[in-house]
Amino acid sequence: MKCEEAGHVCDKNQYKEANFMERVQLAIHLMYCSACRKYAFNNNKLTKALKKSDIKTISEADKNSLKEQLQKEMNK
Amino acid sequence: MSKHQLDPTKWVDLYSDYLFNFTIVRVSGSEIAKDLISETFLAGLKSKDNFKGEASERTWLISILKRKIIDHYRKINSNKGKAEVRISYKDDESEGDWLEERVSDPFDKTAEDTMENTELGLAIINCLGTLNEKQATIFKMKTIDNFDTEAICNEFNISASNLWVIIHRARKAMAECMEKTWFKN
Repeated sequence: MKCEEAGHVCDKNQYKEANFMERVQLAIHLMYCSACRKYAFNNNKLTKALKKSDIKTISEADKNSLKEQLQKEMNK
Repeated sequence: MSKHQLDPTKWVDLYSDYLFNFTIVRVSGSEIAKDLISETFLAGLKSKDNFKGEASERTWLISILKRKIIDHYRKINSNKGKAEVRISYKDDESEGDWLEERVSDPFDKTAEDTMENTELGLAIINCLGTLNEKQATIFKMKTIDNFDTEAICNEFNISASNLWVIIHRARKAMAECMEKTWFKN
């Protein structure tokens, strides 16, 4: 497995979308590649932080209606 | 140093998620939060001539929002006071001095936890703001709103490998930004 692919599998794994074979190959790659190990470490940390924060976003539809409202007020 | 300027046309894109996460932990229900944010934007628009440019646009909006939240509390409190029923189990039959109550519950989410998580959330949204628009939108859809890969690809008319490249760049930038602004503490 090349580093580029390892990064890709590592990303997929953050969303539980990497299959078993990919995970095994990634684990092997990480054993000898410190650069990817670092990336994986930070990547996992980011995923954990995102989960922990439980952030919410406003849906696009609601954002658009906010925009419309603001626009209407600005045109007055 | 240049003074801060207001640009209401960008408010929704730049700050609505930030304000939303700021509000949602302080009021009950996302509908109320959205209403308060819309009120905040409108109030900001009305008083934009009072903006002196000393604080950043976002800080200024937050200060308006805080006032809106307080107003909201005043309103619900004055409604509540009229029909308040106090219930206490400390009546004659069950004397209320239970040992269980004095023991702290380790599984209870403490106020500090909640607060820290909220701050973390705001730090994340800050970092999202440093990504370019397409990256940020796709990253948000995939990571926060949990859309399927396929659904996002259809929406933006991109291939799956294209999507993963965008996600990869976004994650890399996010991790770096979080390292600088959050994890270092």
